[in-house]
Amino acid sequence: MRFKLIYMDNGATTKIDENVLKSMMPYFTEKYANPSSSHSFGQDAKDAVDKARGRIAKAIGADEHEIFFTSGGTESNNWALKGLAFAAMNAGKIDASGKKIKSGEHKNHIITTKIEHKSILNVCEWLKENAGFETTYLDVDKDGFVNPEDIKKAITKKTLLVSIIHGNNEVGTIQDIETIGNICKNAGVLFHTDVCQSFTKTLVDVQKQNIDLLTLNAHKVHGPKGIGALFIRKGVEVMDWQQGGNHEKGMRSGTENVHGIVGFGEAVKIAMKDVNKNVKHMILLRDKLIKVIMDNVENVKLNGYYKEGNSDKRLCNNVNFSFLAIEGESLGGYLDQKFVCSSTGSACNARNLEPSYVLKAMELTDEEANGSLRLTLSKFNTEEEIDYVAKTIPKIVEKLRHISPIGKVVNYFKKK
Amino acid sequence: MLKYSKETLKRFSEPKFAGEMKNPDSVGEEGNMKCGDVMRIYIKVKDDIITDIKFLTYGCVAAIASTDALCETVKGKTLDEAEKLTWKDVVEGLGEVPSIKVHCSVMGIDALKDAIKKYREGIKPVINDEEECCEEMKNIGKIDQ
Repeated sequence: MRFKLIYMDNGATTKIDENVLKSMMPYFTEKYANPSSSHSFGQDAKDAVDKARGRIAKAIGADEHEIFFTSGGTESNNWALKGLAFAAMNAGKIDASGKKIKSGEHKNHIITTKIEHKSILNVCEWLKENAGFETTYLDVDKDGFVNPEDIKKAITKKTLLVSIIHGNNEVGTIQDIETIGNICKNAGVLFHTDVCQSFTKTLVDVQKQNIDLLTLNAHKVHGPKGIGALFIRKGVEVMDWQQGGNHEKGMRSGTENVHGIVGFGEAVKIAMKDVNKNVKHMILLRDKLIKVIMDNVENVKLNGYYKEGNSDKRLCNNVNFSFLAIEGESLGGYLDQKFVCSSTGSACNARNLEPSYVLKAMELTDEEANGSLRLTLSKFNTEEEIDYVAKTIPKIVEKLRHISPIGKVVNYFKKK
Repeated sequence: MLKYSKETLKRFSEPKFAGEMKNPDSVGEEGNMKCGDVMRIYIKVKDDIITDIKFLTYGCVAAIASTDALCETVKGKTLDEAEKLTWKDVVEGLGEVPSIKVHCSVMGIDALKDAIKKYREGIKPVINDEEECCEEMKNIGKIDQ
């Protein structure tokens, strides 16, 4: 008998909301026209794309002309960084402050953190190798916060961009992007943020938070995979990303992923309508899970900032523990056998056999990083599921500690 | 989690040889904390035959499953036979082991070889028995709802 799956890996992806799926279905077999087609059938598809664009823009306080659809968060991050870098390299173009830039004297410095998603870190490396850009990777504190003062200090005349993740995918730390946005604005430096994890879970407002570019995707907010967006503030020079039939105002050519865009728009509409209710629900579940585990398991540490009831500084759906003396992949493996989906920052789980760089940047020991377990919730999780998981984890931890050599000492002596 | 074979997951879920041995004749160890793997093997030896074997691991699914399989293979064998075992002999019954997990499954063999070497060199282990062992839960892999 197979038990119902308990999905607590919503930081990886989420279930599509049934109503999102419903909204998408007509665009496969009934309203399948190309939005670029001039017939009215095509115009219906175009209207659907524009409607979704408007909804997404509204949700972040942007204008609909500032929203460009992409294939997801990774593409948006690539485009934001490379698009700005190449625009800056183009002689004769103007920079953010309106000055003309001479060839070779363009701004070539990026500031980011050590806890960004790989689609930022690896793009910075790529820009170093292929375009001579330098990147400053800022440290974070033990809770995963970057100090805005460090950003201020790192800005030089050559700084083009500050890119800081909003809600961290591993430990849920939410950066103070309003303060960071202000620092960037005052320094005449562009500010990009990736809000894939935080969108619909805490405030995202491109005006209030002074954001110039912003990365979004659908599949973290109960929308479909393969669709995302990049917000580009009007007036910010970004290189066009894909050349072809001049879709997305000539910035990203390619026939629109209409059903994906419609689903994205619907997901955002549903999420924004119930945002308070959903966040409250997730906070309740998160706090209960944290309390029960911290009360019932010894030698466990909660990673990231935490205050009961708070969802401004820690994502309302993120729980990340370190269980000492045990290895995270095994813990996740036993949870998997109990039909609970989780993830870990353990080296054993990584392709490069290194513990999570995010946890290492927060100065966790190897043992703490290898014993980490991430549980990320969604509006679909129930209190019953939390109770089951909170009851199951201590048993598994006990079993793994029972078979762990750590703390079980062997002394040796040479027989005479 | 990586894709593991059914056989590996079955071993992982109910390892028969996991746990501490109180009066071993030798103990071997392998691995380090950084890559998230520490393996320890306890053996009882009589007339050059491994009469009992147990392991402790701070390790992943592959480490637990393959070392448990190793223990089953080794029990009853002579020290010479056990020493000649290769990784292939051990993982034979486990189906495919993901390539990046091969090193995790080799650790058991290395720990066993270390135990045999120490036994031959007359290096005796003394187990620190201060801590009471927690209750063994053999049925963790089964559904208890």
